[in-house]
Amino acid sequence: MAIKVVERRPLSLAERTYLPQILAGLKVTWDNMLRPPVTLQYPEERPTIPNGYRGVPTLVRDPNGREKCVSCQLCEFVCPPKAIRITPGEIAPTATNAHVEKAPQEFEINMLRCIYCGLCQEVCPEEAIWLQSQYSMTGTNREMMVNNKAKLYELGGALPDSHYKWDRKKAEAERQAESGH
Amino acid sequence: MEQLLNDFLLSKAWYFIAARGLTAIVILMSIAAYAVLLERKASAWIQGRVGPNRTNHPLIAWIPFVGTFLQKGGFIQPAADGLKFLFKEDPLPGHVRKTTYILAPIVALAPALLALVMLPFGRLPTGEVITLCPGADIGVLFMFAISSLGVYGIALAGWSANSKYPFLGAVRGSAQLISYELAMGLSVLTVFLATAKPDQDNALSLVSMVDAQTGVWNIFYHPIAALVFLICIFAEANRHPFDMPESETDLVGGFHTEYGSFKFGLFFVAEYSHMIIGSSLFIVMFLGGWHFVPGVPTVGSGLIASLFGVAWFFFKLCAFLFFFVWVRWTIPRFRYDQVMRIGWRVLLPVAVLNLLAYFLWYAVKG
Repeated sequence: MAIKVVERRPLSLAERTYLPQILAGLKVTWDNMLRPPVTLQYPEERPTIPNGYRGVPTLVRDPNGREKCVSCQLCEFVCPPKAIRITPGEIAPTATNAHVEKAPQEFEINMLRCIYCGLCQEVCPEEAIWLQSQYSMTGTNREMMVNNKAKLYELGGALPDSHYKWDRKKAEAERQAESGH
Repeated sequence: MEQLLNDFLLSKAWYFIAARGLTAIVILMSIAAYAVLLERKASAWIQGRVGPNRTNHPLIAWIPFVGTFLQKGGFIQPAADGLKFLFKEDPLPGHVRKTTYILAPIVALAPALLALVMLPFGRLPTGEVITLCPGADIGVLFMFAISSLGVYGIALAGWSANSKYPFLGAVRGSAQLISYELAMGLSVLTVFLATAKPDQDNALSLVSMVDAQTGVWNIFYHPIAALVFLICIFAEANRHPFDMPESETDLVGGFHTEYGSFKFGLFFVAEYSHMIIGSSLFIVMFLGGWHFVPGVPTVGSGLIASLFGVAWFFFKLCAFLFFFVWVRWTIPRFRYDQVMRIGWRVLLPVAVLNLLAYFLWYAVKG
């Protein structure tokens, strides 16, 4: 490998006085000063949240308005800080979504414990729990920092669904029943 | 006794002097407070931020336009900062030397306020000079002598804190002041050599210095002396890049590490007062004092001229304070050995050679 010898010139008199460098530096800071500030005036101006942002975990419904969570409790088990507590519940046989196995009776995420790791979203077989764009979680007491089921669905809203897993299962079951199996 | 009381209470001179002194203290303190605001705002602009723009009082916010302007400009911020310093708990650490610990902030601030009495900042239409101590003919000697005493505050603070970092800061501060005082004095001597005539009274007065600059300002006659003096006032005011006593990256907080609340506030005001004194001295000696531009001493006549003069002096002072801030956010802090090398091996020889050159020039010219 060829060796390149870097020429190290001795400093000129002007460079040794350090004054031209200081003047150049003053020009740099002056130019910086004339630029508009990059500050976001936070409470009045809000940042645009990019897609895929992992904010507060929420529960979502499918486009038909059916709650997706089947209270399998995988998220509760995987949650490293043990922030999630699910009380499983049965679905009434007369309900329109009676073909789904279960639904949570109560679903609480304690945001004082949550570390926003996203493992709950990763582990969920129903794609029911999502870390979404809400980044500012405030409250004046400990109770306010615990999101219950109603609050979680309010925060989550509905997300598009490409599977409709339980509808397809129901359709399959009906088809099989028709063909006499 | 009655006579004494009468003399004491009814003598108008006494009230007048007290009122003048109080006015000067109030003005200096508020300029120092707003210099802090300038520092915060300018540093924010340089770093692409906005700076303080939230502090306000409901009564002021209620005024249309003006209230918003004052809030955006951060003009209420100094009051909030001052009140914060006043109302915080004033702790007295157990390990300090109590007498000197309490004395140090006072010793730091008092010379800064005292040095200001000699400063001339304008001229009345009658020809009288606007200053706190008119007629004094040793202005520059007094200002140098007194303002250099400010380092005693730093030394006392560092000594009384009884811990390592403040002590190091104080030692550095003292060494730095001694190193730069010489070059400063020599550079000033060059200027006085030029302006003072051999048979002149008031040769060391700052007023005659300003009067000598009605035409060309001294900075054009003495650029090297001006440069040396400029560097020295940065060092004397302990400003970046010479803030050895404080240097928060290596000495925690330097000499005021153990201080808090109002005592720290006094150190803060003292630092900015030294900046104000240094800037004023530079303006008076090199930038023509209250004169408008080189060649054009005044604008208008009579009262307008004197008011404009004072305003123009104030404008120059603000610009110079801004320069202090601007330099602070441009140049990194020098290492301690670099500070010593610049002081002893560069500035002192340059100042001596400059003085010798002017000696020779006047000797040849006659």
